[in-house]
Amino acid sequence: MQAVGRSALLWLGLGWVAFAMLPWYLLDGGNLFGSGWFAGYPTGEGGPALVLGLTGKPWLLPPLLALLLGLVPLAFRRDDPRIGSLLVACGVLGLLCIGLEGFAIDHRGWSASWLGHLFGLPGPKQSGMGYGAFLLALAFLMLLCHGLAARGYCGGDAFTTSSIGLVLGLIILFVFFPILKVLASAVQDNAGSFAPALFIAKFFEKSIWGLDCVTSKLRCGVAWNTLFLAVLVGLGTTLLGLAFALIATRTGFRLKGTLRALTVLPIITPPFVIGLAMILLFGRSGTVSVFMADWFGIPASRWIYGLPGVLISQLLAFTPIAFLVLIGVVQGISPSLEEASQTLRASRWTTFVTISLPLMRPGLANAFLLGFVESMADFGNPLVLGGNFEVLSTKIFFAVVGASHDQGRAAVLALVLLGFTLAAFYAQHRWLGNRSYTTVTGKGDSGLPLPLPGVAKWLCYGTALPWALFTIVIYLMILVGGFVKTMGRDYTPTFQHYLTGFAVEWGERGFRFRGSAWDSFWTTVEVSAIAAPITTIIGLLTAYLLARQRFAGRRSFEFGTMLSFAIPGTVVGISYILAFNVPPIEITGTGLILVICFVFRNMPVGVRSGIATLSQIDRSLDEASLTLGARTFTTVRRVVLPLLRPAIVASLVYAFVRAMTAVSAIILLVSAEYNMSTAYIVGRVEAGEFGLAIAYSTVMIVVMLVAILLIQLLVGERKLGRRTASAVAVQAAG
Amino acid sequence: MTQFGIIGRLSLAAFGLAVSALAGAGSAGAQGNLVVYCTVQEEWCRGMVDAFEKKTGIKVAMTRKSSGELYAQIKAEAANPRGDIWWGGTGDPHLQAAEEGLSEEYTSPIMNQLHDWSVRQWEQSKKRTVGIYAGALGLGFNTKQLAAKGIAEPKCWADLLNPKLKDEVQVADPNSSGTSYTMLATVVQIMGEDKGFDYLKSLHRNVNQYTKSGAAPAKATSLGETTVGITFLHDMVTYIVDGAPIKAVAPCEGTGYEIGSMTLIKGARNMENAKKWYDWALTAEAQVIGGQNKSYQVPSNKGAKAPPQAPDFTQIKMINYDFAKYGSSAERTRLLSKWDKDVKNLPK
Repeated sequence: MQAVGRSALLWLGLGWVAFAMLPWYLLDGGNLFGSGWFAGYPTGEGGPALVLGLTGKPWLLPPLLALLLGLVPLAFRRDDPRIGSLLVACGVLGLLCIGLEGFAIDHRGWSASWLGHLFGLPGPKQSGMGYGAFLLALAFLMLLCHGLAARGYCGGDAFTTSSIGLVLGLIILFVFFPILKVLASAVQDNAGSFAPALFIAKFFEKSIWGLDCVTSKLRCGVAWNTLFLAVLVGLGTTLLGLAFALIATRTGFRLKGTLRALTVLPIITPPFVIGLAMILLFGRSGTVSVFMADWFGIPASRWIYGLPGVLISQLLAFTPIAFLVLIGVVQGISPSLEEASQTLRASRWTTFVTISLPLMRPGLANAFLLGFVESMADFGNPLVLGGNFEVLSTKIFFAVVGASHDQGRAAVLALVLLGFTLAAFYAQHRWLGNRSYTTVTGKGDSGLPLPLPGVAKWLCYGTALPWALFTIVIYLMILVGGFVKTMGRDYTPTFQHYLTGFAVEWGERGFRFRGSAWDSFWTTVEVSAIAAPITTIIGLLTAYLLARQRFAGRRSFEFGTMLSFAIPGTVVGISYILAFNVPPIEITGTGLILVICFVFRNMPVGVRSGIATLSQIDRSLDEASLTLGARTFTTVRRVVLPLLRPAIVASLVYAFVRAMTAVSAIILLVSAEYNMSTAYIVGRVEAGEFGLAIAYSTVMIVVMLVAILLIQLLVGERKLGRRTASAVAVQAAG
Repeated sequence: MTQFGIIGRLSLAAFGLAVSALAGAGSAGAQGNLVVYCTVQEEWCRGMVDAFEKKTGIKVAMTRKSSGELYAQIKAEAANPRGDIWWGGTGDPHLQAAEEGLSEEYTSPIMNQLHDWSVRQWEQSKKRTVGIYAGALGLGFNTKQLAAKGIAEPKCWADLLNPKLKDEVQVADPNSSGTSYTMLATVVQIMGEDKGFDYLKSLHRNVNQYTKSGAAPAKATSLGETTVGITFLHDMVTYIVDGAPIKAVAPCEGTGYEIGSMTLIKGARNMENAKKWYDWALTAEAQVIGGQNKSYQVPSNKGAKAPPQAPDFTQIKMINYDFAKYGSSAERTRLLSKWDKDVKNLPK
């Protein structure tokens, strides 16, 4: 309990600092790193809450009460049982004060008209919250969590309650709050008034749920299209990912390194590029189509536009995610179980089917879920290759930005999408059940991983290798595309595209980045590099809480973390503007909003791969550490984290790469100062300048490759105390 | 390798990046004192911004997006506008913004230098948006594909119903593209609503794909993915200048057009500078910048010479397009849902 006392005191101190010394508001147009938010410190707009509260903004004073309340426990003895309750009261009161004043008063006065009636007009005005407000809110939250721990929640462990509190607070603020804002428009008409009848009409529309394609040649509803595609993609990516993971870990395949690199390529490819390369290969005038027509008399057709094209390009794009999830799981399977099976005379095939595969279930389920959800949220591929095959994500995008400008319809469609995700999530839980998948234990496990049985090996080779070849061809196309004048029409070699985008001049004052792509390029790298570690930390922390801690509402908590992932990017973009363009949180147009958007959009992958890996690691390892007197934090740091290395790599890589390649979510969030590569590329594609788009994409691919290598170098490999075949060979030779 | 490694290195990396961001932001931190939302091609936007900065010394922060995206953004930002002026892009979203009170009224001193169609746009929107360029709707065909199939060159809207062109015509989905909505409205205005929809139903048999983006059929035509594409003529011209085997045609029955517009955003933080941009962007000097940057629309200032590649408006039979009626959201919603019901879901 002593630890609670000391760190609670620290938070209380920070709270006082935030309230009495740090600038309360974020000024200077939300520029986080500018000096403007110090304007007039300490008595002007840039002053701390204490001073502002005493000089004309009295609504800033109530948190003072909570802070004073927080001082009361200092008079008690350390083990006084009342301390917990007091801290809880202090935290709740403080958060309430900040929340109420923040939402009641915005930059134009009272935020709701009834407040004006109550307190009189014109009412006070204020800017968005800044460092002081955020730190104070954080301090109150932490005090609340410490109080709960002191009252015995989560075994009285302050680290656990604080982590849950923090993650929950962040998710409420940056996932639930904006999403509720936008979903509210589902039940409103275009003018913003409440219209439930319209909602019902929109929701049950035939264009969403129609089943005409079963009985006639007419088209089916967009919901069924999306569902069908997502199931196919989920199954396909899981199978392909498993094949790649098995080849990479369980066979003597020579080109493992190449194979691994290949599976990573699609994930680091900016959107549109795969679709474009597919058109140039299989479109009606595509290389392959023309070849088939010339040599085999197969007439060139437009088969690629529609379900087949979208399916193939999504399989290309999302197999790596399944691979990244599955490789950690396949590696983690305990060889001794397999050896035991073989000792009991089971054949390699029987062992594989009855021992290895079932142990992979958490990985398989998570991989499927990710593929399914990714397919539903994917926007770039259906846009380029969809033809007349409509899916929810593109339909939502054009409901918002298209000629009909119907935000309500977008919200309705987003609800349908959410429903599907929810169902998939539930099905996954049912399938996994309450079985144990623990295979990494504290006991030394020096068995040799079982090589794949012959049939399985050839199955893997048969699926993975043609796929790898296909990937290579696609990427050769992309590579070439940057160096020829116009892909598909004029193959004169040129450096023009690279020069336009990335020219560097040696001028009077040193290098000058003259190319038109540099601005967006630097912003993108910077934002992604900041977002990736934060995403990973929050994601894995969440995974740890979900897999290791038991607390009420864990399921809904878990669903909450998946929510931002399931919601289509366009809706997220709109919701962020609606939620964060006005006080209390006014951060649109900054780099910060991009970082936050990425963190909460990509966190679920960290959560998923973290959970998959954690469910393999025996709890007794944590318990041993705890029994030896380590606190939860120490246990996490010294026992769990090192075992989580594959999940860390997966999450870091994914977070970085997704931030570099996201389109639909950020297209509404980029500003003049913070433009992103993908927004720039989309502009190039719209203008028909595919050469420049492809050249830019190639540069990004190289950057991401370097980043992935760096990440792997920084994090390092997990050492499981298992022998490898080569080590055994060396021993045998020695 | 200590066990401390991962957290330590991760947070070190994050910290280092945050610091470098801090250092870098100092230079980028200078806020422009005019925020321009630009919805034409990137080069044109940049050309305009550079020229304006050079002339006035006002620092411009420019954001480029498609007009639909930008309209959605302005609407979402309405409670606390971030942009000052919205320049370029097809007229419908500008008109819609005017209708919804997202824009500011303004009368420029040089309105008398503008073509009639531009002034009409301004009057119809109650001074809330003004035309800065125009582009005519038309069709383009891939000459190689057409020759290979032995089909006569289409010259009129009616020619597109040729059964030989089955699955060879591409046009955007009017629900998602302003270009295609212009075509829908044009056909309705030329042929009347009933006949117009009959035409669209027959055309449906020949359409291989309703694309999402309005200019996409031009790209597909240039690659031979479709034989005929229906877009604005200047979109086709961009590919013709680039050497694609395309011929662009203005249909003989007459055709509609878009008016690229400019709007002052209501509640702009830099209203004075925004007005300076507004006045300057209407001058002949500013309007020739498009042609210098590979955009071939026709300028709205009578004194600005259209780029030589631009479709010659004197040779095109223009209909008297009713922007007030067909730009209103009620009429648009009605036509779009009718198209959805009667045309889009027809079997082929």
